[in-house]
Amino acid sequence: MSAVAAPAAAPAKPVGAVRESLYFALRNRKLVFGASVTGAMLLFAIFGPLFARHGPLAYGGDLSLAPTRHGGYWFGTTLQGQDVFAQFVTGLRLAFIVGALGGGIASAIAMVVGFTAGYRGGIVDEVLNMLTNVVLVIPTFALLLVIAAYLSVRGILTEAVFIGLTSWPWAARALRAQTFSLVSRDFVDLARLSGRSSWQIIFKEIAPNMSSYLFMMFILLFGGAILIAATLDFIGLGPSNTISLGMMMQLSVQNAALQLHLWWWFLPPGLALMTIVGSLYVMNVGLDEVFNPKLREM
Amino acid sequence: MGRYFLRKLGIYSLTFFVAVTVDWAIPHLMPGNPVLTLMNRLQIQDPRVAQHVYHHYMRAFNLDLPLWKQYWYFWVSLVHGDLGTSILQFPSPVTSIILHAAPYTLGLLIPAILLSWYFGNKVGALAARRKVLDNSALPLSYALTATPYMWLAILLSWTLAVTWHVFPVGFAYDPTAIRGLSWAFVGSLAYHWFLPFMSLFLVTFGGWAIGMRNMIIYELESDYAHYLEALGAPQRLVRKYAFRNALLPQITGLALVLGAVLAGSLVTEIVFSYPGLGYQIYRAITNEDYFVIQGIFLFIIVGVLIANFVVDIVYVIVDPRTRIGMEGGRS
Amino acid sequence: MSLHVDDLRVYYRTLAGDVKALDGATFDVADGEIMGLAGESGCGKSTLGKSLIRLDGRMRYAGGHVVLDGKELPIWDDEAMNPFRFHNVSIVPQYAMSALNPTRKIGRMIGELLRARGADPRTVESELARRLDLVGLEQGVLGLYPIELSGGMKQRVVMVISTLLDPSLLIADEITSALDVSTQKAVARMLVEFRDRGFVKSMIVITHDIAVLYQVADTILVMYAGKLAEKASAEEIVSSPKHPYTRLLVSSLPEVGVRYEEKELHGIPGRPPSLLTPPTGCRFRDRCPLATARCAQEPPWVEENGRGVACWEAASSQAARPSLVAGAR
Repeated sequence: MSAVAAPAAAPAKPVGAVRESLYFALRNRKLVFGASVTGAMLLFAIFGPLFARHGPLAYGGDLSLAPTRHGGYWFGTTLQGQDVFAQFVTGLRLAFIVGALGGGIASAIAMVVGFTAGYRGGIVDEVLNMLTNVVLVIPTFALLLVIAAYLSVRGILTEAVFIGLTSWPWAARALRAQTFSLVSRDFVDLARLSGRSSWQIIFKEIAPNMSSYLFMMFILLFGGAILIAATLDFIGLGPSNTISLGMMMQLSVQNAALQLHLWWWFLPPGLALMTIVGSLYVMNVGLDEVFNPKLREM
Repeated sequence: MGRYFLRKLGIYSLTFFVAVTVDWAIPHLMPGNPVLTLMNRLQIQDPRVAQHVYHHYMRAFNLDLPLWKQYWYFWVSLVHGDLGTSILQFPSPVTSIILHAAPYTLGLLIPAILLSWYFGNKVGALAARRKVLDNSALPLSYALTATPYMWLAILLSWTLAVTWHVFPVGFAYDPTAIRGLSWAFVGSLAYHWFLPFMSLFLVTFGGWAIGMRNMIIYELESDYAHYLEALGAPQRLVRKYAFRNALLPQITGLALVLGAVLAGSLVTEIVFSYPGLGYQIYRAITNEDYFVIQGIFLFIIVGVLIANFVVDIVYVIVDPRTRIGMEGGRS
Repeated sequence: MSLHVDDLRVYYRTLAGDVKALDGATFDVADGEIMGLAGESGCGKSTLGKSLIRLDGRMRYAGGHVVLDGKELPIWDDEAMNPFRFHNVSIVPQYAMSALNPTRKIGRMIGELLRARGADPRTVESELARRLDLVGLEQGVLGLYPIELSGGMKQRVVMVISTLLDPSLLIADEITSALDVSTQKAVARMLVEFRDRGFVKSMIVITHDIAVLYQVADTILVMYAGKLAEKASAEEIVSSPKHPYTRLLVSSLPEVGVRYEEKELHGIPGRPPSLLTPPTGCRFRDRCPLATARCAQEPPWVEENGRGVACWEAASSQAARPSLVAGAR
């Protein structure tokens, strides 16, 4: 996606620069803002369910109740009398889980593919490149549709795994390019001469130099996974036996919540998604400025 | 250059092959039996009649043949343009469902992608120039690009359509309108098209604006920009070069973003009950209409591959570096 | 033409304060003179060169005057400097090999640049052709994209472009640094030829490589840590340098025909001082084998017979030239 296209190359840092990075990190407004908002939503996700008075799928409340303190229905109820707040915090938790899992799996695959292709070069690179291109071109969303449609019972884990298995290509490509540029540097040759194995070199020499880049990549994959999961859920391919933010939006639309003006049902889920993903993106921009001295404003 | 295109064709053909195989394989790997689903729907009481119907359908869907034969017939029918029959909308063939729905989706997708690309790039370039614009346009763009497509659709629908009645709530055109090439009908089409289009446009626009702004800033820091400035060239010349160069990665971006906007258009159609492919997929999923799902997936694949190929061609034409690099330039 | 620089100071802004990269440069360049500007990395030579045409990025004007052909150059004012750029002052930058827009044919770019600078491409057309020929490039080069040229060819194109409007002063910033030795020689010869044919009145050639300067320059100005160390004719700098730094620089050059088993090849131990908080007194003091207590006070620039030097030792001892290398030689 061109919006938050992979950040420019992060130069190799000497060890003492960690403290310098921290100094700039704490002063960068975008990073602080983004991290705080994401952190706040995360706390909400972790502790929110403890405050919910009712189960997310439990019926029993008044139908289509507007937000009220009475009965603890702070976000009101759905058309069927379910607690919107409970659904909201459950969905929030699921969003973070899917993001972390899906993003994590995608990052792992991207690292394996990208590092190997960049480091080894040659025929290995060609093959991995072809694989990356194929997965990149296939409209993975459509693929996920087909797969998920056939599974009658779906879990959040399966969803995360699918997303992880399909969203790695752009990251792998970026990592490969980065690895190429680092591989030709002297410290890698030195490591090779001293007899380190390829994987040791990759993980002890190359990866630490790209650590900032890897972190930013993970954040993008994390945000992307959340959005993809929400879209899948909205189409009806969400996890069964539970409720997610995307599913809340789907159910509200299905039940004509727009026409009935049950705004408390369909506004919070989308707002939460936009807030989390947006703050992640902003955080990323801030991180880019911290790690890339050229971008720092004077 | 011929080699380049051959290579690309090779990759796309491989992708197509893999995608078709996956498309065919998934239902067979998944638990559940489409025929049984169909049977459930029919609710046949008499077990003997049920048996007959079951065997009939098994044969009709080739499910009684060995796997490799099924695979083979899949390809054969694909070549003949036969994507099976819809279960929900029986006896409509999947192909006709797709052909009726595709124009609506394309009518949303293509203008949305192209116009958001055009305006997004313009605004991004302007933002890179003026700090004031940058401070307002950039956060807005980030907010837009972080917005889930369906939520913006919901927002637009609820505010502009349901509450304020500025635009219609759904469907492709006024049900009472007479179909045909009249102004009234075309007007109705456009009127119903506007909100779904806007929804897609706005979110995608944000992405382009951010990307272009970053690219322009990057280009303005390049050596050729510094050289021109050292020789006293006016900002407009430097910016002109920077803009043209920044545009190149945005072209490749078109192919990359296609998948995301496609997913976006699917959910937008659901919100607005817009009778495109997304709407059809939605109904197919909710009603377990497998063949429609598979068929639409294949259609999407072909479309995406073609679009990618077109972008590849355009890019080679536009960027002298790739063109000459392939013909063996020295450097 | 003549260039007169008077106590020019240019600093770099950083979060930690101003780095005093160029801290008081005063010199003249006469009409037709090629002056070499030498010194190690970070001595301020590039800063000096760049500041004469455009202050970019973090550079900040901190004082001094520059007078070219009798007119003061308003280097602190980016817009006011523009009329002078390309017409009166021009530069062949350090990054010449990537200075051309990769997506524009070279001829087209030149045309657009000329028009943007108020020059009619047609009037310059024949001259451009002649100069391309002079540097050994075919006319067809104008119809090519930069990617189709080799590094050396791109550099020559940039040299032709930068001098196309016959500027009074040309600044050549490290233009031989990225080249192989034989190309270096060709480029160096080209520089002199441009001056001899009058395309350029005077030049400042910036490099860390004194050997190149010896081939090309009339005078050499040696800088150290943001200040001027010595200025003399090229011959004098190489054969009888006065400033200890210059002497160490020259003696650390390998000589052809000498085998270094018999004679040690010395570098200059130590590193230049930080320019964020530069030391008081002579900035070379810490590395100078001749340093005395007097060097705690900054030596003045003493000019005599066209030679200038900023060193207490050099100024005082004219006859006795103590050996610079402690220990066996």
